Amino acid sequence: MDNLNWPATAVFVFFFAVVTVMGFMAARWKSGPLDVLHEWGLGGRRFGPWISWFLIGGDLYTAYTVIAVPALVYAVGAFGFFAVPYTILIYPLLFVAFPRLWAVTHKHQYITAGDFIFGRYGDRWLMLAVCATGIVATMPYIALQLVGMERVIQALGFHGTGLLSHLPLTIAFVILALYTYSSGLRAPAMIAFVKDTMIYIFVIAAVIVIPIKLGGYGAIFDAAGAVLDKKVADSGGKIAAGLILKPVQVMPFITLAIGSAMALFLYPHALTGILSASKGDAIKRNAIALPAYSVVLGLIAIMGFMAHAAGIKVANPQDAVPQLFLKMFPGWFAGFTFAAIAIGALVPAAVMSIGAANTFTRNFWKPFVNPNLPEAQEAGIAKVVSLIVKLGALLILFVMPTQFAIDLQLLGGVWIIQIFPALIFGLYTRWFSGTALLIGWAVGTVLGTWLSWGATAWTPVSNFFGLLGFGAYNGLTSVIVNIVIAAVLSLVMRSEAADQTVETDYDDRRVRA
Amino acid sequence: MMRYILLVLPCLVAIWAQLYNRIDPRLFGFPFFYWFLLLLIPVSALFILAAYKGEER
Repeated sequence: MDNLNWPATAVFVFFFAVVTVMGFMAARWKSGPLDVLHEWGLGGRRFGPWISWFLIGGDLYTAYTVIAVPALVYAVGAFGFFAVPYTILIYPLLFVAFPRLWAVTHKHQYITAGDFIFGRYGDRWLMLAVCATGIVATMPYIALQLVGMERVIQALGFHGTGLLSHLPLTIAFVILALYTYSSGLRAPAMIAFVKDTMIYIFVIAAVIVIPIKLGGYGAIFDAAGAVLDKKVADSGGKIAAGLILKPVQVMPFITLAIGSAMALFLYPHALTGILSASKGDAIKRNAIALPAYSVVLGLIAIMGFMAHAAGIKVANPQDAVPQLFLKMFPGWFAGFTFAAIAIGALVPAAVMSIGAANTFTRNFWKPFVNPNLPEAQEAGIAKVVSLIVKLGALLILFVMPTQFAIDLQLLGGVWIIQIFPALIFGLYTRWFSGTALLIGWAVGTVLGTWLSWGATAWTPVSNFFGLLGFGAYNGLTSVIVNIVIAAVLSLVMRSEAADQTVETDYDDRRVRA
Repeated sequence: MMRYILLVLPCLVAIWAQLYNRIDPRLFGFPFFYWFLLLLIPVSALFILAAYKGEER
């Protein structure tokens, strides 16, 4: 404890205490019967455009993003900036497709993607596949929120050994678990206001103050470029890095951006944020307003270069941003920044555990284990599952090396993208048959995993068994195979199952709030 | 139809990395790669806004 940064820690603890109180108070906000699943798990679908903006933004731009994106930029330069085209691609998709999903889920009281899939295709095994994919892809994602939190807690100067080293994180997480249990989605929605305000403040401070101290943006980019060029030269040209993309990085950059964009809104937590909106129009307005977060993300990414210019040398690139703030700002402001990042982990972690709990309850427990589950008990099951999911994520972090959690999360992206044809195409057509989509999903999942599982390290990019002349994101190549298989099999395996929905259910202007 | 063109255009520019993968011209010290992408974010939002306005009519 000797090396603890006291001003930073005091500010950190203060803000953490504030959001804890808010999290518990949130149960009474826009209050409704919290023992009903759509009240606990979707905030009663009463969130207008403003709340949705904070909630979806808080949900997508996570603590891990704030740590990992600049870490990648710090490590390899321009390639890490794929997050920017990626976040440009997601909003047209959000604007076009998701008001349709909102409308149909609202009309039929669906709470999860799995509910919709079952209603549309009448295939419970496809529903189970969607549910399982969502949960499995979410767990490591939550674990990575903890990684982000742990980095900033360590930067405060906590360096315990053994179990003690995880103590602050465990305390923070138990608090989070308790108020998510009692308040449901209202807790992260309320905390998101504080979190985002804090993040905007530290980003604005950083993009003004740091360039002044380091001689301007030109100097920052030049210094970072020199460090990266030296890194490439030292490796004998084996490492690809620099201020712009090397030719070999261009196709991986493009395909990662496209694939990540296709995957993002398929995660249960993203859907939870979208479906909690009070109107389809709130989603459209958010597709216009949410890019403000992408600007912030781009500026945060550049902090990876600022760290080079400030002479920060860290073995783990994830420490680059925390160390940058410790060096550039007084202790109390570094503490404020770290609190913003840690609280930034709480919002998505809460929404993720709620999203996973909703789909577990609705698409596994009720149809496969206890079909007679009364509606009043659904929320009870979901609350317990949200605790288990968070505990699981904490365990992943304790027993597995961090690198493994990162690999799992990248694999999670390759897995979750496989439900794209069933969910997104399903919003427009019932032409595909459930069985064909299920087989496409299975092939895509196995193929994507196979392509990614290297002998020594996991890699998200490959040349597709040597068939491509360039590297491409495995999620994208495998989902294309998935789509082709689903389309061909749909020609021969026509489905007889009933479709609960009709075309007018998808028009958000006809489905009234 | 116009609506879809408005939505697709910024996406095509965003993934056309060969277009913006260059250092010069710089703006406020930012290499082209970075300021172009950062600027494309609000521009793409304006295109979505235009699609939204077109839809209201």
